[in-house]
Amino acid sequence: MNSRYEVVIGLEVHVQLTTKTKIFCGCSKDFGQSPNSQTCPVCLGLPGALPVLSRQVVDDAIKAGLATNCQIAPHSIFARKNYFYPDLPKGYQISQFELPICEHGWLDIETEDSGKKRLGITRIHMEEDAGKLTHNDGNSSSVDLNRACTPLLEVVSEPDMRSSDEAIAYLKQLHQIVVYLGICDGNLDEGSFRCDANVSIRPWGQEELGTRAELKNLNSFRFIKQAIEYEVERQIDVIDAGEQVVQETRLFDPDAGVSRSMRGKEEAHDYRYFPDPDLLPLEVSEQWVEEVRQKLPELPAIKKLRYQEQFGLPEYDAGVIVAERALAEYFEALVAKHDNPKICANWVMGEVLSALKDSDLTISECPVTPELLAGILFRISDNTISGKIAKTVFTEVWQSGKTADEVIEAKGLKQVTDTGAIEAIIDEIIAANPNQAAEYRGGKEKMMGYFVGQVMKASKGKANPGMANQLLKKKLAE
Amino acid sequence: MALNEFTITQLRGQLERGETTSVALTQACLARIEATDERLNVFITVCAEEALAAAAVADQQLAAGSGGLLTGIPIAVKDIFNTIDVRTTCASKILDNYISPYDATTITKLREQGAVIVGKLNMDEFAMGSSNENSAAGAVRNPWNVEHVPGGSSGGSAAAVAAGQVVATLGTDTGGSVRQPASHCGVVGLKPTYGRVSRYGVVAFASSLDQVGPVAGNVEDCALLLGAVAGYDPADSTSVDCPVPDYLENLRAGVAGKKIGLPKEYFIDGLDGDVQKSVDAAIKVYKELGAEIVEVSLPHTEYAVACYYLLATAEASSNLARYDGVRFGKRQDDGNGLVNMYEQSRTAGFGAEVKRRIMLGTYALSSGYYDAYYIKAQKVRTLIRQDFLTVFEQVDMLLTPVAPTPAFKIGTMVDDPLKMYLSDIFTIPTNLAGTCAMSLPCGFSEEGLPIGLQLVGKPFAEAEMLQAAYAFEQATEWHKRVPEL
Repeated sequence: MNSRYEVVIGLEVHVQLTTKTKIFCGCSKDFGQSPNSQTCPVCLGLPGALPVLSRQVVDDAIKAGLATNCQIAPHSIFARKNYFYPDLPKGYQISQFELPICEHGWLDIETEDSGKKRLGITRIHMEEDAGKLTHNDGNSSSVDLNRACTPLLEVVSEPDMRSSDEAIAYLKQLHQIVVYLGICDGNLDEGSFRCDANVSIRPWGQEELGTRAELKNLNSFRFIKQAIEYEVERQIDVIDAGEQVVQETRLFDPDAGVSRSMRGKEEAHDYRYFPDPDLLPLEVSEQWVEEVRQKLPELPAIKKLRYQEQFGLPEYDAGVIVAERALAEYFEALVAKHDNPKICANWVMGEVLSALKDSDLTISECPVTPELLAGILFRISDNTISGKIAKTVFTEVWQSGKTADEVIEAKGLKQVTDTGAIEAIIDEIIAANPNQAAEYRGGKEKMMGYFVGQVMKASKGKANPGMANQLLKKKLAE
Repeated sequence: MALNEFTITQLRGQLERGETTSVALTQACLARIEATDERLNVFITVCAEEALAAAAVADQQLAAGSGGLLTGIPIAVKDIFNTIDVRTTCASKILDNYISPYDATTITKLREQGAVIVGKLNMDEFAMGSSNENSAAGAVRNPWNVEHVPGGSSGGSAAAVAAGQVVATLGTDTGGSVRQPASHCGVVGLKPTYGRVSRYGVVAFASSLDQVGPVAGNVEDCALLLGAVAGYDPADSTSVDCPVPDYLENLRAGVAGKKIGLPKEYFIDGLDGDVQKSVDAAIKVYKELGAEIVEVSLPHTEYAVACYYLLATAEASSNLARYDGVRFGKRQDDGNGLVNMYEQSRTAGFGAEVKRRIMLGTYALSSGYYDAYYIKAQKVRTLIRQDFLTVFEQVDMLLTPVAPTPAFKIGTMVDDPLKMYLSDIFTIPTNLAGTCAMSLPCGFSEEGLPIGLQLVGKPFAEAEMLQAAYAFEQATEWHKRVPEL
């Protein structure tokens, strides 16, 4: 935190929706198809073509609004944002301006520095995306309109954030929510969740906001943090040099770690917004909102509390598991089979997450399904294998796709619980280590660990550690 | 064979009875176009080959006893309707040789009803104009006097019917563009209630005002053609899901007992003497037919033209942004970057009136002016609509002149756009109100130019309006006169 200046950040996030069709026509929005193959007269902006609003997009906007505590407007308007660019086939973008569908929302975040804090969401509106330009070698560009008219939600925050950490906490929570809602795939790299940051600084205590810069091209949480911090330093330097911050759009260059002013866009655009006469005002009834509300999934904050109450998980564990919807679903499938939620949580947070990380897989790609993992955990609780052997079994199951029982059988990993067999091993070990036995008997109780270790080694890990411990105590006391 | 001697219903009867064929009718049309169009310049594109092929199909259907309302009937459409097989130019250089990959919904409906489309009609560029002089294809001439304009913007649609080139046509009406040329050419033209007919596939001028309208030689044909194209279209969000009545069914219901209002603001000092006389005579006819005539008031009428020229141009400035040289028209590019390419392509592609309106509309929407112009105009529009709704609580329909004067001479108004804009003073308010209205012949000037009568109906009351028009037509002979060509 700077001692002289307060940082003020507002964020605009573009959420690309996972609907099957585009927002104003029935075209598929399959990506990766050949250029201009996913188009029709409407999304090509051909003369005479007219937009028809997709109901699914409205449902998704209502979902996002409800999940971020917004008011859903009973009456909202689509507007045309007019500007010329070759990726914009109609010469205007259909968006919402004066009356958006969602307003006055908020999210609660928590950061180390500022603790719990409520951040305002000004509005969420629906709009269409533009096409894509590819600059060819030489002096030409190609236009691909497959992406034109695909649905976006724009989520605009209040300028409530006071540090890059708060901005990241807000973004991560918003990201988590839209992925939970199933309305966005959340892929930052591919632009499914795009963020622009408005950053300004002002002397502490000053009411009036400083002049802001808009940062673009921020496609990872790390870059967003870097870009904001770079911008704050830059603005401090500008002001300290006796100059004024100019309102401008700046592109962040992650390789160089700096942002650069986008020249030619300095004069403010006049987008000449006006209500789109091709679309009627959107009327959303209370009943419509209720229907969507009924379909909302359990959101992470609520789920986390439930995990603490229903499963008795510590707050930390619950937080880790609900962070991703698919991980929470994995966990719930596991506890449905295995009745010890804490052991389940330990395994999910431990072995499962670290194995996924090592092999760079997502939870939905995890080769050890909840059924397979439950199979391993059962063999621990019925003493067939020890916790340590279980980790070996997990690795085998991961690699082979076989069940725990198949792996234990094939590899002979079954725990030795035969008292006689363990006693025989213990007898041998005590006989081979008379000095250590004497030390133990002389009161050096720490030697017990040494003896357990020897038994496990001799049994190749298969001796039941609890039994080994008990029997050792008995034998050494003889 | 003069096609304007028969109604569509009569021609359909002749076709069904085998007294003529669609191919014969179509050939007659093509011959008439050939004989007259050099003088009139009504058609931008004549599609003889496609028309004869469609006529041959129609004859097969007729022989098989199947077919729709319009099977075998030669029709032409304003060059603003997208047609999959023939170019759609909007009378603009920027769409020269543009071929649409899809048919407008109204074209699909015409084809489904078996109509034979013989060509695309001349118009004011992008439907902007009241004289059909603003056309990249050149001015259309009035069949009654080739020195005079036919009216606009659907000048071709009205002149084609008046000249007997085709039986009926489709035009579009944003501020009077079907009714005013129908009046100037002595034919029947109807602007349906906003939302009655799909706009999908009709190149947009001002989206909140544009409506497709039929033009025909008589009220019955106009009613039939309206029925063929009207109806809800899921592809047009502004079309209204409201059942389409059979407009022919009660056409003879008459006007006895109907209350017809004369808005006093429409009977003004500047009205041409011949127009005044003809309209007065028409009022007398309606009295004789048993209608009750009452004076009413539409108090915000004087603001309609100003309001219209703000809203229509604002919408047009945005609707025409897509013609940017990237995908339409001839790209003009001297290699000095994107903005230069846009400027040069649009400078070369658009005519003067279109440019004027794009500039007016851009200005009306600009930051700092938006509230004073666009928003103010929207408020005025609400007041004008309210005027009509209030009046329709007192009367069943309104009767007014269509235009303040008969058709003026070509070239006399081109330097005075404001005066030209005023020629739509009686037709514009109904577009702003969204209600239905039509023009039908009610007399001739001393010079021998046709004069039209406007009926304005309640929203979605086209049937009632058509009944009143039919009653007048049966009581008069004006529609029977045809120009000598």
